[in-house]
Amino acid sequence: MCDTCGCSADGGAVLRKPGESDYHVHVSESGGHGDHHHEPGHDHQHSHHHETKSRTIALEQDVLQKNNFLAERNRGYFEARNIFALNFLSSPGSGKTSLLEKIIPSLQRHIPVAVIEGDQQTTNDADRIHALGVPVIQINTGSGCHLDALMVHTAVRELELQDNSLLCIENVGNLVCPAMFDLGEALKVVIISVTEGDDKPLKYPTMFHEADICILNKIDLLPYVDFDALKCRENALRVNHTLEWFEVSAKTGEGLPVLQEWIENKLKAR
Amino acid sequence: MHEMSIALSIVEAVDAKARAEGAASISGIDLVIGKLAGIEPESLKFCFSAAAKGTLAEEALLNVEEPEGIGECGECGKIFPVSFYYAECPDCRSLRIKIVSGEEFLIQSITIEE
Repeated sequence: MCDTCGCSADGGAVLRKPGESDYHVHVSESGGHGDHHHEPGHDHQHSHHHETKSRTIALEQDVLQKNNFLAERNRGYFEARNIFALNFLSSPGSGKTSLLEKIIPSLQRHIPVAVIEGDQQTTNDADRIHALGVPVIQINTGSGCHLDALMVHTAVRELELQDNSLLCIENVGNLVCPAMFDLGEALKVVIISVTEGDDKPLKYPTMFHEADICILNKIDLLPYVDFDALKCRENALRVNHTLEWFEVSAKTGEGLPVLQEWIENKLKAR
Repeated sequence: MHEMSIALSIVEAVDAKARAEGAASISGIDLVIGKLAGIEPESLKFCFSAAAKGTLAEEALLNVEEPEGIGECGECGKIFPVSFYYAECPDCRSLRIKIVSGEEFLIQSITIEE
């Protein structure tokens, strides 16, 4: 099970908390929690009944405040150094890494590029990007289902980013959770492929609502699949009518010059 | 299903606040989760009990207010209830709808025991 998001998986689920290495909760089917946590200094003497007094305190605090503050800090850092950060989001297998492999070599002719790869396990994607000769770092989220601002903040410290550069952040393949976590990026790029359903924007509207750009990938396969690209575009624009739309094939290169030109214009316009 | 990390964020925030106020425990947490916020309150409550274990919020009851989604038509200005982002204006059929309410996701207040 995902220790960050609670997604179910095989095996015994374990909950952990950031910054509390002794916190360790096994979640079992029966609902019993094997809690090994003992908080230092916690008062167990509750049997002495002191007179308790209730008090309500207003917080009015955004639940994701901590992530949002850190994301803004990342954003400020990127702006100060004129780094254009793109957050690439999609379900697994839509071709995020293949797309990066295709567009980075041409973009690199105009601007230095660095990449942050997010996956639960392996450095397979980072290895592929490394082969292009660009600085890359892999975040393995373990069982986590999304990148958060802290992971990016930490990764950025490890990557030697250049001023006036492009940073591509490839999120964990997942169309749900990553939509909620701001990383400090300039734009969110959502990718779908024609081997998925053309109703995907309606089924996962939060992601498409949050995105700035949508790239339909694998269009070379359109003749072989029941995918209506026009309908998919309509669905995406219903959820988000300011969404920029591109149709490409990372495999054949079709549509990539238009996408690249758009990114280059964005870089110039900063 | 990001409710677990959300639950941990809530626990962290309220536990810190309660400690700063010198509380012995937290008995209640009032949350505002808009219907369009992308959070399942039931799923959050389920995760919360595990996330709060060993903290001041361990015994806290979660009280969730769920504001309805409200959209404003970008063409004619009509304000009307929406159940999701792809709303259509009931008057002019425009799809240019701005969400004006329903995306809230706040810890409104906590009740502490001293």
